[in-house]
Amino acid sequence: MAEPVLEIRNLNVDYGLGDRAVHAVRDVSLTLHKGEVLGLAGESGSGKSTLAYGLTRLLAPPGVITGGQVIYHPALGDPYDVLALSDNGLRAWRWAETAIVFQGAMNSLNPVHKISTQLMDVLKAHEPSMSAHSRAARAREMLKLVGISADRMDAYPHQLSGGMRQRVMIGMALILQPQVVIMDEPTTALDVVMQRQILGQLIELRERLGFSVIFITHDLSLLVEFSNRIAIMYGGRIVEEAPANTIYRDALHPYSKGLLSSFPALRGPRRELAGIPGSPPDLAGMPAGCSFHPRCPKAFEPCDSAIPVLGRPDTPDGASRSVACWLHPAEQPVG
Amino acid sequence: MKYFLQRIGFYVFTAWAAITLNFFIPRMVPGDPVQSLIAKYKGQLSTDAMQSLYILFGLDKHKSMWAEYVDYWKQIFHGDLGLSFTFFPAPVSQVISQALPWTLLLVGVTTIISFFLGTSLGVLAGWRRGSWTDGLLPVTTFFSSVPYFWLGIIAIYLLAGPDSFFPSSGGFDSGLVPAWDQYFIPSAIQHSLLPALTILISSVSGWILSMRNMMVTVASEDYITVAHAKGLSERRVALSYAARNALLPNVSGFALSLGFIVGGTLLVEIVFSYPGLGFTLLQALGARDYPLMQGIFLIITIAVLVANLLADIAYLLLDPRTRKDG
Repeated sequence: MAEPVLEIRNLNVDYGLGDRAVHAVRDVSLTLHKGEVLGLAGESGSGKSTLAYGLTRLLAPPGVITGGQVIYHPALGDPYDVLALSDNGLRAWRWAETAIVFQGAMNSLNPVHKISTQLMDVLKAHEPSMSAHSRAARAREMLKLVGISADRMDAYPHQLSGGMRQRVMIGMALILQPQVVIMDEPTTALDVVMQRQILGQLIELRERLGFSVIFITHDLSLLVEFSNRIAIMYGGRIVEEAPANTIYRDALHPYSKGLLSSFPALRGPRRELAGIPGSPPDLAGMPAGCSFHPRCPKAFEPCDSAIPVLGRPDTPDGASRSVACWLHPAEQPVG
Repeated sequence: MKYFLQRIGFYVFTAWAAITLNFFIPRMVPGDPVQSLIAKYKGQLSTDAMQSLYILFGLDKHKSMWAEYVDYWKQIFHGDLGLSFTFFPAPVSQVISQALPWTLLLVGVTTIISFFLGTSLGVLAGWRRGSWTDGLLPVTTFFSSVPYFWLGIIAIYLLAGPDSFFPSSGGFDSGLVPAWDQYFIPSAIQHSLLPALTILISSVSGWILSMRNMMVTVASEDYITVAHAKGLSERRVALSYAARNALLPNVSGFALSLGFIVGGTLLVEIVFSYPGLGFTLLQALGARDYPLMQGIFLIITIAVLVANLLADIAYLLLDPRTRKDG
C-alpha cells in the first residue's frame, strides 16, 4: 500500500463545553494515502464536514477539538501533528500543504475583490519573494488549468457562473501544489452536468499533479464512481471503510447498505429503491450502544448496550476493510 | 456610466423640486417680510422706503408669480439670495458665507474624526468579539442614545464656567476680531473643543455599533473561512476581507452624514451659541427672516444632495456589484 500522507488518529470534536457539549466527531481514525481519493459519506449531521473543519483547525466557536492527532507527512522531512502547530506554523501549513474547496460554491469568493486578487493573495502570503509578474503568470496558469480563459482574471465573482466560480476555487486550491485537497461537497450547489464535468476535471488533474483528495459528500453514487476508498460516517463515527468497489458490491454495515439502496444504479439488474427509515440521530442525545440500532433492520441483542469497535471483519477480504458492527465483530481493532 | 448619468439626472430633478418648493412655500405663508420689517422699525419708514423694500425683496405686486419665479432662478445663478433683514442690509449670501465656515470646520472635522475613530474601533470590536472590547458596547449604546443637546448642557454645566478653561458659548473671545493670527486661532480652537467633544461622544458610538455589527455579520461569511483556510495573515483577513466588506454600509452612512454637517447639528450650535449656520437659522426663525431661512434651506438641500451623490459614487467605487455595465 502507498505511504500515508495524512493520518487522523482518534479525533474528537465537540460543540460547546462541559456536560452540554455535543460530540460531533468521536474517535475518528482515518488514513489518507498518497495519490488516492478518499470518499467520506454520510447523512447530513453525521459529522463529515465537522471532521474536515476539525482536521484543518478551521472550526468556528463553539467547536473545539477535544482530543486526537492529525499527523501530516510532508513531501520532505518528518511527519508532524497539525493540531500541535503554532499559529504561524498552522498558517504556513494551510493551503500550501492542505487546501480546501468548500461547500458554498457561490459564497467562497469575496464579492468585492477581483478573482486575480484572490488568487494572488495566496501567493503573496505563502511565497512573499515571488514577483508581481510571476504571481500573475501563475494565477493565469491555474485558471487555464481549470478551463477558464485568462481574460477572466479581472472579473469579479458576480460576473461568473456558479460552475466557473467553483472551478476558480479548485484552481485556487491547487495554486500552491498542496499534497492534500479536501473537497467539502464541492458540487452540491451545481447542476448534475456541471458536477460531472468538474469532478472529471478534478480527477484528471489529480492524475497529472498527484495530490490526494478527501472527498466529502452525501451523494454515495458520486463517490462510488470517483473515489478509491470510501469511509461511511454515522453519528460522528466511522462505521465502515473499504475500497469503493467493495462498498458498492458488498457493504457489510446495514447503514452503508441503506445508503446504497437509496439511489438507482445506472447499470446492472434493476433493484428496489429503499430509503433508511427514521431520521439521523440527535447528536445531543445519542442512543446507547451502536448509534444506528434504533433504525437498523438487523439490530439484535448487543446492539443497544455496547458500542461496536471499528475493526477488520472476519471476511476473506477482511484485511483491506474495516467495519463497526456487531454482525461482523472485529478480529483486530483499527486505530 | 449610464447608471451614473441616471443618478445625476435624478439629483438635478430633486434639486429643481427642492428649490421650487423653497420658492413657493414662503410665498404661501400669510403676511410678508416687509410687514415685519416695518414693524421692526416701528413706523419710522416713509412710504417710498416701504415701496423700495417691496421691490428689493422681489415682492412688488406688479409681477406675476411666474415672472418672480424666473427672476428667483436668475438670482440663484448669480449667487444672489436676497437681503437678510435680521442683519439688514446685509445680503443673505454674505450672512451665510460668514456662518458656514464655523459649521463646516466644527462639525466637518468632528464628523470625519468620529467616522474614522468609530469605524476603526468597530472593526476591532467586531473582530475581537468576546474580548475586552465587548465591554465597550454598553457604553457606546448609552452614548448613542443620548441626544446631542443634553450632552452639551451637561458638558457646559460640569466643565464650563467663569474660571474654567472651556468657554461656555461663542466661537471666539468677544474681544477679538476674526483674523488668521496668533490670538484668534487659539481662541477659536479653545471655543470649539467642548462642542466638538459632545458631537464626537454622541456620534462616534453610532459608527462603532454599526461597524461592529457588520463585522460580526461578515465574519460568518464563507469567504472569511476560505481566507483563513488560505493561510492569510490574521491582519489581512480582518482588513482586506472582513472590514473591506463590512465597510460598505458605513461608507454610505458617512457620505450622508457629510450632507448633514451643514444643517444637522443645529442643537449643538444653539446650546453653545456657536456662530455657525444652525445658530443663524435659529436667529432667522426668531425674526421671521424669510430670505435668510430660504437661503439656509437652499444650502442644506444642496449639501444633502451632493452628499447623496458622493454616497452613490463611493458605492460604485467600493462595490463592484453595483457597477451594472462593467
